Amino acid sequence: MASLLSSNPTLASNPSYSFSQAPQNAAAGNREHAFYPYTDNGGSTLGITGNDFAILAGDTRSTSGYSINTRYSPKVFRIGGDDETGEGAHIILSVVGYAADGTALKERLNAIVKMYKYQHGKRMSVKACAQRLATILYGKRFFPYYVTAILGGLDEDGKGALYSYDPVGSYEREQCRAAGAAASLIMPFLDNQVNFKNQYSPGSGVGHDLEARQVTPLPFHEVEQLVRDAFTSATERHIEVGDGLQMLVITKDGIEEKYFPLKRD
Amino acid sequence: MDSLVATYSRPAFENEGYSSDEQQELVQAMPSLSLSFSLPPMRNPSAFLRALTDDHANPQCPIKLAHGTTTLAFRFQGGIIVATDSRASAGNWIASQTVKKVIEINNCLLGTMAGGAADCQYWLAYLGIQCRLHELRHKRRISVAAASKILSNLVYSYKGMGLSMGTMCAGVTPQEGPALYYIDSEGTRLAGNLFCVGSGQTFAYGVLDAEYHYNLTEKEALELGSRSILAATHRDAFSGGFINLYHVKEDGWVKHGFRDTNPIFWKTKLEKGEFSNVTANL
Repeated sequence: MASLLSSNPTLASNPSYSFSQAPQNAAAGNREHAFYPYTDNGGSTLGITGNDFAILAGDTRSTSGYSINTRYSPKVFRIGGDDETGEGAHIILSVVGYAADGTALKERLNAIVKMYKYQHGKRMSVKACAQRLATILYGKRFFPYYVTAILGGLDEDGKGALYSYDPVGSYEREQCRAAGAAASLIMPFLDNQVNFKNQYSPGSGVGHDLEARQVTPLPFHEVEQLVRDAFTSATERHIEVGDGLQMLVITKDGIEEKYFPLKRD
Repeated sequence: MDSLVATYSRPAFENEGYSSDEQQELVQAMPSLSLSFSLPPMRNPSAFLRALTDDHANPQCPIKLAHGTTTLAFRFQGGIIVATDSRASAGNWIASQTVKKVIEINNCLLGTMAGGAADCQYWLAYLGIQCRLHELRHKRRISVAAASKILSNLVYSYKGMGLSMGTMCAGVTPQEGPALYYIDSEGTRLAGNLFCVGSGQTFAYGVLDAEYHYNLTEKEALELGSRSILAATHRDAFSGGFINLYHVKEDGWVKHGFRDTNPIFWKTKLEKGEFSNVTANL
């Protein structure tokens, strides 16, 4: 039995932590005990905005180490809804990293956005919510939430708004952002296909005279296809991505949820 | 025996759930005014934080924070020029190429961002609040000296906790004229004519020191600021993206663009003949 298990070094002696500095056997055979409150649950999220919409998407696989815990654990949530189904929400949030911290962060932001509505008699703007999320994350500067968050919604002008965060709350409004395990696979694709990086107008010149392709906001159906392509491709090349693609689309008509299966191997 | 056991044992789930204080905090729509940060439940919180986030001591750290920068600011006869790059890297990964590293504290005070992105954003926003409160309390704008001291005293009180920031405060006030201060998370606070901060600071100093003098015209000064950042983005891998240029004058700051380095680099090379180490052949 031991030989069967020992082919997988993470399963043999340790619980499946995915961090390299998780408890390890010291050279003298003494076991090092330390406080490791985090696990990386893998997965990836992605957000893109257009003129009058914002999409947040995430795969639904949850892993720890090489094990798959579940094939359906959503990473994208409605914020500020009237009930537990999220009906009436006007902000969406995606979290990737350590799922427990992600859930805690989601519930905390949700409570705050709801309290804001009860106290002020109006909905919290996405801009205000974005700033508040930054202070929540920074409030745990010395014991961080191990999450990368993306916040989506519509701004005061009805335009799609997307804010991306680091674990301790530095944030920036962007057109598109990929986060999580496969961010390094997806983000370059987005740079090229959404912001037209390294694309030039054909016939605009030769060599150094070539002009960069003009950036224009993409229509919804193209963006949705980009998101699906990004995730099918990431699933092919990253072990922590797969199973399903959950997508929340926010427009002036409200939030629509979509689900597409991904490869489950 | 039972009473003895009861004295020395506690119910298993005593600490389950949130305390009333924690519940209060959770539902507060406004962040509390007192600065209360949660700490890991251990004797040495900063060592814990260092093990998990500091990528110099621990390159395999799981939580990578945004780092790496070139920022500069200098005083000249027409005010102060502030220029930065826009790259944020987390380890070797370029987390963003469009970071706004010049933080507009109010309409005549600017701060720059080097080191931890979140630290700079949060504390310069906090400084903005304190500056506005000073204005309301004293019916006049805060001096740059006082503003920079608020920040330096603040970060000094967190010394050893792992904050990482190197920032410059630039502003013009009637009592001081153009004033420039450098503040970092070690507690340093310096007044001066010229500073470069970040991983690309040496490259920026090289260009800036060679061409700088106090009587620069506005056009020359803006060009020098931009050219110094360009030099740093060319030689420092952790700097790049866009050049963010600001000019601080008596009646507030003026923004002079957020421009892509790549076309500027080729323009500088092909039209002025600089960067001759790079070939222009395709």
